[in-house]
Amino acid sequence: MSQEMIGAVMVVGGGIAGMQAALDLADGGYYVYLVERSGAIGGAMAQLDKTFPTNDCSM
Amino acid sequence: MTLTEVREVSGQAGDFTVRLLEHPRYVDMDKCIACGECARKCPKKVDDEYNQGLGKRKAIYVKYPQAVPLKYQIDPENCIYLKNRKCGACVQACPAGAIDFNQKPREKTVRVGSMILTPGLKPFDPAGIRTWGYDVFPNVITSLELERYLSVSGPTEGRLARPSDGRPVKRMAFLQCVGSRDLNKAGHGYCSGVCCMYALKEAMIAKDHEPDLDVSIFFVDMRTHGKDFERYYNRAKEAGVKFRRCRVHSLEPAEQNGGVYLRYITDRGKQVGAEYDLVVLSVGLETPPSAAELAGRCKVGLNQNLFAERGGFQPVQAKGRPGMFVSGAFAGPHDIPQSVTEASAAAAAASLPLARVRHSLTREKRFPPERDVRGEEPRVGVFVCHCGNNIAGVIDVEELAAYAAKLPKVAHVERNLFTCSQDTQELLKKTIQEQSLNRIVVAACTPRTHEPLFKETLKASGLNENLLDMANIRNQGSWVHQAEPEKATEKAKDLVRMSVAKVALLTPAPPLTVEVKQSALVVGGGLAGLVSAHGLAEMGYPVHLVELTSRLGGSALHLYQTWRGEPVEGKLDSIIRKVTSHPLITVHLNSKVSGAEGFVGNFLSTIQGPQGETQVEHGVGIMAVGGRAHKPGEYGYGEHRRVFTALEFDKLHTLGDSRVRGGKTFVFIQCVGSREPERPYCSRVCCTHSVQAAIELKEQDPTRKVFILYRDIRTYGQREEVYRRAREAGVVFINYDMHEKPRLRLDNPDMVEVLVWDHVLHEPFRIPTDVLILATAIVPNDLNKELARIYKLPVDADGFLQEAHAKLRPVDFATDGLFLAGLAHYPKPVEETVTQAQAAMARAATVLAKTRIDLDSIKARVIEERCDGCALCVDVCPYHAITLEEVQGEPGRKLVRIEAAKCKGCGCCQATCPKLGVEVAGFTYEQLASQVAAALA
Repeated sequence: MSQEMIGAVMVVGGGIAGMQAALDLADGGYYVYLVERSGAIGGAMAQLDKTFPTNDCSM
Repeated sequence: MTLTEVREVSGQAGDFTVRLLEHPRYVDMDKCIACGECARKCPKKVDDEYNQGLGKRKAIYVKYPQAVPLKYQIDPENCIYLKNRKCGACVQACPAGAIDFNQKPREKTVRVGSMILTPGLKPFDPAGIRTWGYDVFPNVITSLELERYLSVSGPTEGRLARPSDGRPVKRMAFLQCVGSRDLNKAGHGYCSGVCCMYALKEAMIAKDHEPDLDVSIFFVDMRTHGKDFERYYNRAKEAGVKFRRCRVHSLEPAEQNGGVYLRYITDRGKQVGAEYDLVVLSVGLETPPSAAELAGRCKVGLNQNLFAERGGFQPVQAKGRPGMFVSGAFAGPHDIPQSVTEASAAAAAASLPLARVRHSLTREKRFPPERDVRGEEPRVGVFVCHCGNNIAGVIDVEELAAYAAKLPKVAHVERNLFTCSQDTQELLKKTIQEQSLNRIVVAACTPRTHEPLFKETLKASGLNENLLDMANIRNQGSWVHQAEPEKATEKAKDLVRMSVAKVALLTPAPPLTVEVKQSALVVGGGLAGLVSAHGLAEMGYPVHLVELTSRLGGSALHLYQTWRGEPVEGKLDSIIRKVTSHPLITVHLNSKVSGAEGFVGNFLSTIQGPQGETQVEHGVGIMAVGGRAHKPGEYGYGEHRRVFTALEFDKLHTLGDSRVRGGKTFVFIQCVGSREPERPYCSRVCCTHSVQAAIELKEQDPTRKVFILYRDIRTYGQREEVYRRAREAGVVFINYDMHEKPRLRLDNPDMVEVLVWDHVLHEPFRIPTDVLILATAIVPNDLNKELARIYKLPVDADGFLQEAHAKLRPVDFATDGLFLAGLAHYPKPVEETVTQAQAAMARAATVLAKTRIDLDSIKARVIEERCDGCALCVDVCPYHAITLEEVQGEPGRKLVRIEAAKCKGCGCCQATCPKLGVEVAGFTYEQLASQVAAALA
């Protein structure tokens, strides 16, 4: 392939899925742009109180 | 990039150009120290979205106290100044001069090789639909509102009260499937997949808060199909949560007390009514409009449910859009573990085509050379954090700082509004260098969250990272002693004194790094093993793939279609061909792992094959040894020629066996071997499989009678579609109870007579059956236990391999460098197996991407003079880092040896050792004693 390839990935959405994908990519050697619509990352999970089965704090 | 939206995407896979729009925050991120003064002074109150509108926030706000980035933002819709140029109270209040009303939207363009879309979910809004009475009765709330009520950071600080009058809640009801499995009222045919579990969780937590609380859950099918979910369901039943299988048909106001009156019909057909203080609507998930817009801009297709279109064999690839990947609730109604697994899988899939340009745009962090402080007198610097008002609001920080300055060896003390803020790190660095400090105490919050940050700062200032100690005057001080500020201040002094005493004794520990062998071992040649082996090889890493049998393919060899109806055989053949022909993959058939040693980056495993033993070195390992179908000992299996397991039936069906071809009446029995006392888990795939097979039987001959006898139909997520099609096709579903299992008469070899209680007719129902199909459980392979022994991995109570964390590390083991995928972890369908295999590959790639990895330098050390080889520490070590070895040249004398790469410095060994013969760096006996002495001083 002669086409130029960019060693960066954009992740759109800073919830638990977006954050995990961004971390794995960065650890894997890629530059990551994590784009989030709101003022802070965290997504829906940050609104949860606890998570089963261990009832750990969601934060 | 926060407050940022994707406007336009051009280009193609490998080289996309993305135009972004960044909305103004009106707060300078570099200046804001998140002290909260602005919000205290802001006169404008707004409903707080984070608390589902149950509380108030200001027009300048942070989303929640732990937000990242912890920077305030102004909501332009509500800010008085931005609306009509009056006010500006925040500008006056801000000590950092961070408010900037002149910020404008900014466009940015970036180039990327791949894109991952994870825009998330929106809870279904039940407002306006009369049946649920959501905006009619104040005591009808949604599950997410309840979540906020139960949370200490919520509007009632965790107290469960009736919204109408604040009175305590005595009786509470959950209504399931609100906005899910309901085309009529909600327009959503799919099951949201998460509501059964969160209802259970909320019920249990509510009962924790209020032990006498009476909780009922009104449900259609309880769908607790995930790992350990069924156990949680059983626990809820034991805790007294009541389960009622019915849809509530109407809600009315109760005659007095402001409660809500529910009318429903029991499964025995009786009409009943009951009054509740609080009714919780278990609302489903849907794709928010903003996500649908994003899909449009990225040209990613959505299906009729507005979830991203994708296929079973490329589950995170946006269908027909190379270079674009999806995960999380945008890909389907998924729970947290599934979303996290998919996210890692998307990372793998998105980076795979870019393997050639890995590391081209990233760079490693560099630190200045370390200053040698050995031989220097300790010069302790104490940094006292105000944490905004969090600490300074209770503890007298000025007094504390003055006290610290008088402590021995303290050379410098200063106070910071936020010691953790970015600009303070620069300040810290400068102070450490200018004052030649060589030991640092940060009196602030918990090392659990902030120690890594301060360690980085020490490194950046040329100090060894271990010359740091944190005194937790917030969590252990201002937070817990809020009502007693004087005593809290005294305690803070004690904590700082202890910390100063200890820090003076700390010694620099050299950073540990280990080399990473750039290769992988994959155990198990089924679908999961094939996918991860092929992926890692494509990334450029050599892979050894070990398969016990003579053939690759595993359980997938017995499957013929996915739930979407995609044929399995062709896809499986193709990946087997790719694996066997790949130059970087060595396939070991008829082989198994017989022994292993080593640690992350440096494993050495022994493969036992037909030609004897081979030893392979590898940096990472993926355990994917699969599972198998349970062989039942009930329902006439093995006794009658018309009784089959589901997989056997599939074969006969495909081959056109006369019993199937000529059959007129078919009965499926669900949960054979699953959800039983000896196997208390759901096998996840059997409901969908039986429903699919039933549809095919009906399609081939609509005059056939097909019955499915079930306990709960668990066609979770978008599989609900298949269930609806089966009902439309005339498949008859009959519910049975664990205590009233179907009974059989087997005396006629040409027919099986099935007897089951009919809940509609309220009498036993007799079905003369041509073919009886048993939907049998998936059970773990015995190999799981063997692997667990060899690699020292945990196995759960059901015999499946146990991941490091059910939610956040679903494909990792607690042992670094080892990962899991497929049926060895838990029963799951093809697409989830592929997802998990890709996720394991992504996680493995994070290790392989480096040639050396840094290890934490907090390690246990043996004090040889004191160790007498009693080996008590060997058993307590959770990481299997300690072995007992004979001392060379001294026959009979044994000492323990600690493998530094495996040790995580937890200290279990130190706490166990009766001879004070082992200690952890940073927590030595001397250092701990100095703290105790300081505490008592």
